[in-house]
Amino acid sequence: MSARLTRRSFAGGLALVGLGAPHSWAQGFAGLGRDADGFASVVPGHTLTFPTDHGPHPQFRIEWWYLTANLTDAAGNAYGAQWTLFRQAMAPNTQDSGWTTPQVWMGHAGVTSATMHHAAETFARGGIGQAGVTATPFRAWIDAWEMRGLDGFSDKNVAPLDVTASAESFDYRLRLDAQRPLVLQGDAGYSRKSERGQASYYYSQPYFTASGTLTIDGRDIAVNGQAWMDREYSSQPLASDQTGWDWFSLHLPGDEKLMLFRLRQKDGSHYFAGNWIGADGKSAQLAPDAIAMTPLATTEIAGRKIPTSWRIAIASRGLQIKTTPLNAQSWMATKFAYWEGPVRFSGSHDGVGYLEMTGY
Amino acid sequence: MKRALWILAVLLSHWRRHPLQFATLMIGLIAATALWSGVQALNEQARTSYDRAAAAFGGTRTPMLVSPSGGAFPQKLFVDLRRAGWPVSPVLEARAQIEGRSVRLLGIEPVTMPSEASAAAEIGTTSAQGFIAPPGQALISRETMTELGLREGATPTLGNGRALPPLKLQSALAPGVVVVDIGIAQTLLAMPDQVTRLLIGKAKGPRVSLENVTGQQLRLVQLESETDLERLTDSFHLNLTAFGLLSFFVGLFIVNSAIGLGFEQRLPMLRTLRACGVSARQLNIVLILELVTIALMAGIIGLFCGYLIAASLLPDVAASLRGLYGAQIPGQLALKPEWWLAGLAISVLGALLAATSGLLKAVRLPLLAAAQPYAWQQAQHRWLRLQGIGALLVFAAAALVLWFGDSLIAGFTVLAALLLGAALALPVLLGLVLAAGERSTQRPILTWFWADSRLQLSGLSLALMALLLALAVNVGVGTMVESFSRTFVGWLDGRLSSEVYINAASDAQASEIKDWLKQRSDVQTILPGSRAEIQLGGAPVEINGLPDHATFRDRWPLLDANRDAWDRVRDGNAALISEQLSRRMNLAIGQTITVPTPDGPWTVQVAAIYADYGNPKGQLAVNVDALLKHFPESPRTRMGLRVAPENVSTVIDAIRTRFGLDGRNLADQASVKNEALGVFGRTFAVTSALNAFTLGVAGVALLTSLLTLSNSRLPQLAPLWAIGLTRRRLAGIELLKTMCVALITSLLALPLGLLVAWCLIAIVNVKAFGWRLPFYIFPLQLIELLGVAMLAALLASLLPILRLLRMQPAELVKVFANER
Repeated sequence: MSARLTRRSFAGGLALVGLGAPHSWAQGFAGLGRDADGFASVVPGHTLTFPTDHGPHPQFRIEWWYLTANLTDAAGNAYGAQWTLFRQAMAPNTQDSGWTTPQVWMGHAGVTSATMHHAAETFARGGIGQAGVTATPFRAWIDAWEMRGLDGFSDKNVAPLDVTASAESFDYRLRLDAQRPLVLQGDAGYSRKSERGQASYYYSQPYFTASGTLTIDGRDIAVNGQAWMDREYSSQPLASDQTGWDWFSLHLPGDEKLMLFRLRQKDGSHYFAGNWIGADGKSAQLAPDAIAMTPLATTEIAGRKIPTSWRIAIASRGLQIKTTPLNAQSWMATKFAYWEGPVRFSGSHDGVGYLEMTGY
Repeated sequence: MKRALWILAVLLSHWRRHPLQFATLMIGLIAATALWSGVQALNEQARTSYDRAAAAFGGTRTPMLVSPSGGAFPQKLFVDLRRAGWPVSPVLEARAQIEGRSVRLLGIEPVTMPSEASAAAEIGTTSAQGFIAPPGQALISRETMTELGLREGATPTLGNGRALPPLKLQSALAPGVVVVDIGIAQTLLAMPDQVTRLLIGKAKGPRVSLENVTGQQLRLVQLESETDLERLTDSFHLNLTAFGLLSFFVGLFIVNSAIGLGFEQRLPMLRTLRACGVSARQLNIVLILELVTIALMAGIIGLFCGYLIAASLLPDVAASLRGLYGAQIPGQLALKPEWWLAGLAISVLGALLAATSGLLKAVRLPLLAAAQPYAWQQAQHRWLRLQGIGALLVFAAAALVLWFGDSLIAGFTVLAALLLGAALALPVLLGLVLAAGERSTQRPILTWFWADSRLQLSGLSLALMALLLALAVNVGVGTMVESFSRTFVGWLDGRLSSEVYINAASDAQASEIKDWLKQRSDVQTILPGSRAEIQLGGAPVEINGLPDHATFRDRWPLLDANRDAWDRVRDGNAALISEQLSRRMNLAIGQTITVPTPDGPWTVQVAAIYADYGNPKGQLAVNVDALLKHFPESPRTRMGLRVAPENVSTVIDAIRTRFGLDGRNLADQASVKNEALGVFGRTFAVTSALNAFTLGVAGVALLTSLLTLSNSRLPQLAPLWAIGLTRRRLAGIELLKTMCVALITSLLALPLGLLVAWCLIAIVNVKAFGWRLPFYIFPLQLIELLGVAMLAALLASLLPILRLLRMQPAELVKVFANER
């Protein structure tokens, strides 16, 4: 049942309440993909405004603040770091304080190297201060994990930021800076997820530079690199027949960025979407039939076959690449498990990025 | 394989020819298994309920943070701790009234609830969304729902008029508990943003130290391996287990003698089998196979009997535990597969244990040795001496434990050592008595009488040991129960000094009742009372508020007091404390206690110590006005009335009619007293029942031993018959001999039993319950038990005696013809 939902909405929607086996929740929430009863709808032509839209949208069912970073240490070893805060509303009720708020929050954090992958998760009810997001000053937090705007914070750039997370086997603190403004995904922030009108509001900041310290199994590692933040919210982002998704965020050479996803559907067909972000910061939507994503090799993890290597081709942009994972075992063994990890690619373009796959 | 089956068939043919022997073997195994597994089932049932209760507690199984005063604290501390990396989850707990019943209302937060807080996980999976989102759910066990007379989906109102969310069945919950979301609990209890404890999850990770986050506002309570209820009820279960074990071993005595006889009688058969080419190994394997098969059969029957025993005792056990500790045990047995397996295993192990000596003998069986079938029961002086030394060592160990030990376990160790030592010493003592008897007479038949009794001793000693133990334990427990009963009745008279007791539904109703009662001339005095509950030294302690009145001054059961104790209590700076509290906290008169109250610490001096039997919690008695000053939130709903005895029923009827109070909230002294005595009676019902079982099993042990002996005794009796003693006379002598050793054993059991009683009263009770009873001896009870023991011995010897009486002279003659 869980496979009916895409990775993000699945994790963001179902896992939030985070109790018991995934199946029971998936069943309880099976209607999520079909019905937005009482919640606000995502409509084309809506203009996103900042800093307001950096904050939560309780009138929408689900929402996330999603950061991935491709990092290297002084010796040139590659690392990945993930920081995510999900919000889900159990009811279309925008009351924002006290136990009666219907908001439930979930945090995921992970670090990856070529030889290890650690993941952690935590859950919170809204309305009491354990987790939340404020747009001004910008701050997103759950328990001791935090993403916080620093002095001189720019609403347009969503930077600079201080990001922390800690768990039993790892913790990290990263400083993120960006000199360019955020980018609207889809059509000016309206991102379609199916032929039948499912959609979300979606914007990104793909231009972060990151520096800081990862502490892995008690060892401090100074790192530098680049990071990408996705912001997305919706009330019914998926069609009922969509089983999962494969999502890329790629840092191309020359400050170009590429966001791609493939929503897998029960009949074996796929819904493709993506945006090409030029060196000038202009975001152009890619036509679904312009995108070719082909799994090349699978890795067996937790009894599932996961396509961890891909061929990606976008003929109109002259892109023809193969991606390989930094660590094929980048499995997020959270209550709602999925694959999320840094990748490298080579071919017509060389670089690094992140891949997320759910529903396997 | 086929060969093994043939050997088995040959071996089994013995039992076919000796059905009575087979029956005693089965009875022994069945009795051992049944009593053992019955007691285990009872303990298991109770423990499961404690676990459920503990899980609902949010668990003493989980470490937690509480306020040092034991009260509620702001929920902000929860958020601060989460933000500092602590994996905590908030719980709000309070008592609440539903349909006039008091329940524990528990507010939990399912999203952060640690998954290891067992029952909570189940609550989560039922549907957290339905649980959290309005209108929410009130989870409740079936027992509680039935008790309240409500159905799933009902929305009963609390005492304060607020309505619970719809009830939802959650069978894993403990009885008497209602669980709601923490937000709903805060609203229901009108305690916004307040929590009473924080459960700490297992998740590890960097966290800021507790002091740096919350200062001194919270205290860490470490994981406890035992729940409160388990600790409180430990002694009760230890008691049950001790009886179960005792019965088990007494049962094994029977098995041992039956198997021993079976082996002896089959020695020629075994030898023949060996001579026919069966290897010693094969023979032993088949012997063990036979034994295991019999043990499994008996085990299965024993388990059913054990189930019946447990089922019939459960209502008493449940009543005892509820009465003594407030522990709620469901009235139906739910047994796990492990219980059945353990029962079968204990039956097989017991049988093997009892057969060890027989099996060893069969291993070493010399193929060509002459038949000496009764060698096993030849008295062995060396063995007796060893046993005597063993007994002395065990007594010495008991004395050491008594001197140095200071715990419940030490108390039971002393008891066990005492019983074991006595059992070991019994054959030695009996031997000495019989030898003295032998020396005291010159007459031939009398000399034979004593000498033959001595010869019989080794065969009977196990059964006599069983009789000794059963009788001593009966005497011990009986004396303790009677001592307790006598003390309890006197104490109850002192404690229940008002003629009428009222618990009003609310403070408002209470003051209305008081105003109304003041108008009545038949009410002499109104004695208002109140209660509060605090934590002292990590344990719950009750504070009982008493008005200053002659009723209490004259009758409150003080054990030790200052001269002006009551005056100082009236002034508000002194307290009477219960014996339990005094022992637990090592408090003597004149010392001070600091009582945490909502408005800060309150120091009171101990002015007196009183008996508070049957209360597992410590208790302080203070002046009621002082209590209400320091605990302004305490209910003022309780009161006692002094009424002339002839007016009691009039007053009660008037109150009932005027204020609609029912039996739960309005009672006269007599019915409260009856209820207390009823609880008391049920508390020891189980003990008495097990006592009776044990004595019964000891009787059966004696019977089987005598049966075992009676066959083998022919060679001893035949010569006497041949020289002219009639069978009747012989039977009389045989009976007299048995009764004589039984009497000596019983007489030895009496002082041993009194020693056991002293151990129970002076060590076990004090450690287990915190109170010490005066020790009384009840001679009539002792005589009665002596009679029962003799009756058991008589019944046990009847069958062998009858057999001897009816024996054909030809049988007796045969003795001289046979090789024996």
